[in-house]
Amino acid sequence: MKALSQKRRHPLAAIALLLMGLLVTGGLYAVAGTVNEAQAATTTYSAQDIQEGEKLFVANCATCHGIGAVGAPEGAHGNQAGPSLIGVGAAAVDFQVGTGRMPMQMTGPQAQKKPAQFTEEQTTQLAAYVASLGAGPEIPSEEILDTSQGNPAEGGELFRVNCAMCHNAAAAGGALTRGKFAPSLAGVSEEHIYEAMVTGPQNMPVFNDANITPEGKRDIVAFLKTIEAQGAPGGFALGSLGPVSEGLLIWTAGLGVVIAFTIWLTQRSS
Amino acid sequence: MGDHSHGGPKSSGTVATAGQGEVEKFQDPGLPPHRPRLADKDPRAEKRAERQVAILFVISVIGTLLFFVGYFAIRLDETISTLRLQNFTLGMGTAFAMLGIGVGIVHWAKTLMPDHEIAEERHAVRTEEDRQIAETMVSEIISESGIKRRPLIRNTLLGAMILAPLPAIGILRDLSKDLNPDVLRHSMWDAGVRLTRDPDGTPIRASEVTIGSAFHVIPEGLNEAEHKLEEKAKAVVLLMRLNPEDLQVSPGREDWNYNGIVAYSKICTHVGCPVALYEQQTHHLLCPCHQSTFDLTQECKVIFGPASHALPQLPISVDSEGYLVATSDFHEPVGPSYWERG
Amino acid sequence: MSASTSPDTYQPKTSVGRISNFIDTRVGASSIVKEFGRKVFPDHWSFMFGEVALYTFVILLLSGTFLTLFFDPSMAETHYTGSYVPLKGVEMSVAYASTLDISFDIRGGLFMRQLHHWSALLFVASVSVHMLRVFFTGAFRRPRELNWVVGCTLLILALAAGFTGYSLPDDLLSGNGLRIIDGVIKAIPLIGTYLSMLIFGGEFPGTAIVGRLYVMHILVVPALILLMIAIHLFMVVVHKHTQYPGPGRTENNVVGFPVGPVYAAKAGGFFFIVFGIVAVIAANFQILPIWDYGPYDPSPVSAGTQPDWYIGFVDGALRLMPGVLGGFPFEYVIFGGYTLSLNVLLPALVPAGILFGLMFTWPWIERWVTKDNREHHILDRPRNAPFRTATGVAGVVWYCVMWAAASSDLIATHFHVSLNDVTYWLRALFFIGPIVGFMVTRRICLALQRKDREIVLHGRETGRIVRLPHGEFIEVHEPLNEYKLHRLVDFESPAVQPAVPDANGRITRTEKLRGRLSRFFFEDRVAPVTPAELEAAHGHGHAEVEETKPKAEVTSR
Repeated sequence: MKALSQKRRHPLAAIALLLMGLLVTGGLYAVAGTVNEAQAATTTYSAQDIQEGEKLFVANCATCHGIGAVGAPEGAHGNQAGPSLIGVGAAAVDFQVGTGRMPMQMTGPQAQKKPAQFTEEQTTQLAAYVASLGAGPEIPSEEILDTSQGNPAEGGELFRVNCAMCHNAAAAGGALTRGKFAPSLAGVSEEHIYEAMVTGPQNMPVFNDANITPEGKRDIVAFLKTIEAQGAPGGFALGSLGPVSEGLLIWTAGLGVVIAFTIWLTQRSS
Repeated sequence: MGDHSHGGPKSSGTVATAGQGEVEKFQDPGLPPHRPRLADKDPRAEKRAERQVAILFVISVIGTLLFFVGYFAIRLDETISTLRLQNFTLGMGTAFAMLGIGVGIVHWAKTLMPDHEIAEERHAVRTEEDRQIAETMVSEIISESGIKRRPLIRNTLLGAMILAPLPAIGILRDLSKDLNPDVLRHSMWDAGVRLTRDPDGTPIRASEVTIGSAFHVIPEGLNEAEHKLEEKAKAVVLLMRLNPEDLQVSPGREDWNYNGIVAYSKICTHVGCPVALYEQQTHHLLCPCHQSTFDLTQECKVIFGPASHALPQLPISVDSEGYLVATSDFHEPVGPSYWERG
Repeated sequence: MSASTSPDTYQPKTSVGRISNFIDTRVGASSIVKEFGRKVFPDHWSFMFGEVALYTFVILLLSGTFLTLFFDPSMAETHYTGSYVPLKGVEMSVAYASTLDISFDIRGGLFMRQLHHWSALLFVASVSVHMLRVFFTGAFRRPRELNWVVGCTLLILALAAGFTGYSLPDDLLSGNGLRIIDGVIKAIPLIGTYLSMLIFGGEFPGTAIVGRLYVMHILVVPALILLMIAIHLFMVVVHKHTQYPGPGRTENNVVGFPVGPVYAAKAGGFFFIVFGIVAVIAANFQILPIWDYGPYDPSPVSAGTQPDWYIGFVDGALRLMPGVLGGFPFEYVIFGGYTLSLNVLLPALVPAGILFGLMFTWPWIERWVTKDNREHHILDRPRNAPFRTATGVAGVVWYCVMWAAASSDLIATHFHVSLNDVTYWLRALFFIGPIVGFMVTRRICLALQRKDREIVLHGRETGRIVRLPHGEFIEVHEPLNEYKLHRLVDFESPAVQPAVPDANGRITRTEKLRGRLSRFFFEDRVAPVTPAELEAAHGHGHAEVEETKPKAEVTSR
């Protein structure tokens, strides 16, 4: 680790970073993406993946999402147990199933993250099946997830404009209406972060590739991983929740210690 | 503990008064006798206390040294973890330096300095004798000044003194060169101004806005504007797309949306925070500051929270190249209400 | 012409003596030493919060001076060139950039920033706790009413200092706070928009506000605070400190330790202790990570946007107010085409107005209701003034409901409840909370007073059971020694003061109101035990086995 940090301070490192930055920014404008053009390398699924995926789907998902993923019939209040999945793409399946959100424990607007119920192979098969039903966002490629190519400063700017209002400026999570919430992003893999942005799970808006380009998304992921790795320079971050936790600390521990000292100070010595 | 209503009415139990006609109070027993401390009685305890105080002062010295080690020896390279370590070392060094002295002095006072309680008499805030002397002086001063006998002087003095401080307030007029509330009525938006992405300013095609998207928008040219942040504080817009059947459009606003793509001011009408949270399935916009909630299907009507009127809508259309453009400025002032808003 | 100076008869022998003598003969230090050198101050831990406030203020001055050497309050645009990677090249104001430099590129800068901000939080907290102590023990009564007013002013100045201070770095969090304040100012009828433009130097955000807040924060507000502290301490010295009831303590004396050496040592040592505590906190806990929030821009906002804790109650009130109630909006256009924004004005002005209004005028309210114009130097134990304690708790509960409302979204995420439900509950508690708080507190105070009576009359339950010769089992009670007893009986329980006619024989409306308040507050009261009652208790039927401790170990605590 030490050698790496010293290499970062090498005088040529700044030039290398500058060159990379120029390449990325130049590349960004050259490759003005359209909405759903998968920058990702197209993963090819075998026919067997799709078949296995269909079996898994019928057994585990069709009760809510319908056979053929056409969606459940609409209920009395216009609610649906599970929406149609035609066109959501492999990325959506990889995110929802990979983070354990699907299968949902109970229907509702907020799908809670929980331990994944399927193995990676099964998740891939489910993704293959759903992807075969209609074109949609694909699973991001290795190169678009390579955060060393990303620019954390630009990613930070994009994050603050598009994401911080729900997920908090330090990605610690935040409240939505009626009991929904945007979760903390700590410990979430680069792949899942990217997929969530491009598919817009549950109440999160869809950030298609025209809204935030793939390189922009990579910058955001790079930003998130940078702040996660660097830690808090001032000490314990108290959850990165801001003045509320700071005030609580002062009123409980801070005043508590002060009062303890005042009692000691005014007590008669033995 | 049983019934102990001595000398008091038994009835409600909430009142316990002294017995009838008894108004005497207990005699003050005086200061309790002094109890000697260990260090007072036992010379070994005294020496031990002395040593403890000295050790505490030495801990303070160590703390000071720790501070300098932290300052000079923990090099500030560019990593955050050494910064965290340096902050910790400087802080704990300071802490020991201070606590060593403080706890040492207090321990010294508690164990070794005399702890006999002393009673000191209070003095009256004012004695009658002083009051009379002061009263005489004041009336002499007033009569010598002559202010009571000379109402002309008194009245003109009063008038002058009341008016004299006014320039100090008046001179503050130029805290702001312009004081015209009308600037709040207009933003940078106008017919033909393209909607562009925040923050990089690239224009947006209608086809790029899909159902469920939320684009953060600034007017074209904002990044080069002279008063960028001031314009931005009125011009930021949220762009979303709904199914046209889900939109309830009021009369006169039929051409304000483009195929279900709608644009609304992002400045909350409560006190001005950005209303940035878009819940794509409930079609609600939530402001994180005070939780005002707006319903996108009802032209951003307020459905919860302290905001009192809906978010202003920006009428949009597309230009010949398919880019989204505004067709006019907002039809009402954006942001929080103010007196002249009307 | 020649002054009649007799040759100085006093010739000092040591060098220290010569220096002191020099000063003494120039400024008359002897009389000062004579007056203050052995002045007695009472020693109780609850008296130390004022000291905590004073010491944290000193820490603020010291750490603040360091920060002014490096902070640049300019709002000119710049691009970041410092060492913090995630903000490299980002456009920001010079003020924000200089704060980043202090945090990342100046050794000790981050520590000093954290020390400064943590002490600010502790400063306002200790001022508040000190004020609560003074309130609940009745130390604001004559002759200290003016000192109470000075203290309330200090609280407001502390809030101003904190608010202007945390807005200086021009980060996203405090910038949105300024935006909210601007929105509140704009809502003021007639003058709101003009005030807003004057303060910000034009349209929001402008380029003037940080510089102007800087002047307030480092010059005007600290100067006013220092002036108020000087007046405050001067009055404490003139009035001498109050003391709790106890043996040897009367309305005409002060019992404690002399300034020199004991009290000065303890108070002086305590300064270092407070400094050390805040240093430990600043060494270990991060505060206001401006690098996470980013520079202020009117477009982004962070989830969990709250002001520092002491401004929280205003933010909470703003959140609780409904904008539309049952189809009726609280903002409407009145004659002449002017907009009245009650949805903003009511929560911003009314609760704070009521709280501070009652706070400032409470000594006079209490004097009016109790008709008690005597000097008081002995404090009330809070249980012995149920009316005041209950009213104080009601105020505290009201404040805390609004304070909690400011973190409604964090309550929702942490306890997995709906944000809207939290708001509904707190809206209900806003009205019900203080009432319930008042009622419960008063009952608790009266119950504690009755318990004290029991202890005085029958002594402490020792838990030892004895069987009497005739077969009865009783519990042995140990009567209090005279010192402990005195502490429990040395108080006055004010009685109801019914309305009386004035000089013309009429009972005015205010007098009737006062009479009603007096009855409401003092109807239920518990009086202290009198010697006659204690006699009666001892001469009671039971031949209680009583124990007395040997005299030598009698204490007053």
